[in-house]
Amino acid sequence: MSVSGKLLPWVAGLAAICVVTGLIWGFFFTPDDFRQGSTVKIIYIHVPAAIMGSSAWFMMLVASLIWVIRRHHVSALAAKAAAPVGMIFTLIGLYTGAVWGQPMWGTWWEWDPRLTAFLVLFLFYLGYIALWEAIDNPDSAADLTAVLCLVGTVFAVISRYAILFWNQGLHQGASLSMDAEENVADVFAYPLWLCIIGFALMFVALVLYRTRTEIRARRLQALIAQERMA
Amino acid sequence: MIGLLKRDLALAIKAGGGFGLALAFFLIVTVLVPFGVGPATGILSEIAPGVLWIGALLACLLSLDRIFQLDWEDGSLDLLASSPLPLEAVAAVKALAHWLTTGLPLIALAPVLGILLNLPSEGYGWLVISLLAGTPALSAIGTFGAALTVGIRRGGLLLSLLVLPLYVPTLLFGALVVTRGVQGGDGTTPLALLAGITLVSIAALPFAAATALRVNLR
Repeated sequence: MSVSGKLLPWVAGLAAICVVTGLIWGFFFTPDDFRQGSTVKIIYIHVPAAIMGSSAWFMMLVASLIWVIRRHHVSALAAKAAAPVGMIFTLIGLYTGAVWGQPMWGTWWEWDPRLTAFLVLFLFYLGYIALWEAIDNPDSAADLTAVLCLVGTVFAVISRYAILFWNQGLHQGASLSMDAEENVADVFAYPLWLCIIGFALMFVALVLYRTRTEIRARRLQALIAQERMA
Repeated sequence: MIGLLKRDLALAIKAGGGFGLALAFFLIVTVLVPFGVGPATGILSEIAPGVLWIGALLACLLSLDRIFQLDWEDGSLDLLASSPLPLEAVAAVKALAHWLTTGLPLIALAPVLGILLNLPSEGYGWLVISLLAGTPALSAIGTFGAALTVGIRRGGLLLSLLVLPLYVPTLLFGALVVTRGVQGGDGTTPLALLAGITLVSIAALPFAAATALRVNLR
């Protein structure tokens, strides 16, 4: 708690600086794409949000594993705290994708592998959060959601590849890889990387903040229980 | 184990056990589809594989909360947990009983409903094979979901929210097998993948279900 309390304002501040400069740089100081015009600038929100949407689930998986193996209470609370944040990032990714797809592909929605996989991921977030809300006993809730997260991860990965098998899509492939031949042009890539770092820091800051709130709520419950016993 | 299986089958078939409800539900869903999309036989035969698979899946979902709920309420789940039989085996037997009372009748009914939806004649074999290969996965995944939500009052809705995303790959490959079969193509590749998902589910999910049951019985 003391370390995270000191760390939080720095992480949050750094996140704000990265996101704000990244977005301003991206929106106002990069040229329009020769084919996509100014709609290309949605990339500065779309890509970082989508990356964090899937990374958040991975973080929840790791936190759930730590809870299952080491029974460290904070990790269970961190997984709980990360879920709504990840869900909102996924939703932002889907929404900005739809707004971008409308002028570019001529459709708001297409049953493309990436889009579909993200929608399925969103459904997994919904189920995970609903299960947390439904169970009163905090330890049982942590155990059951951890099991759900582990099983859900396996099925999310299977779904990802099953959907690839099912339909080929419009969405472009990876274009920020270190080893690929063709990537996003540097003018666009630098502010994009800044935005990705900013969104990642924002995720860390939000999860820290929400986890601290959860810990305080847990302490408060313990105090109330003590009071009743006395 | 065999005793438990016999008991579950007997309970399911007896009045109030819900046996036949899933079948009736499957029938009604399939009958409703032409009212929704119109009676044109061309469209119906094109969407028939997907509709039949979704109908079977929903009918399967309908009876999931019975797997553990009644045993939980009358305390026999505690007895099962303290019996020499490991909980993993209990979960596996429960999944098997669910499949025998729900999945198997659905498979028998599906070709009849295929006629209603004007499924082309090449599709019937693929439909039965794909359901045979896929419905055990539905039961195994559903048993896991039921184990997660057994302690929650009115957990039925939550159960569907948890289980339906897990059904995505099974549904996708299952419907794909039939669609390819109808188009005269070869459905064996998606069929192999479907069977793979089923085998993984049967092998792994009883352990996850048993873990969830232990937490809920604590």
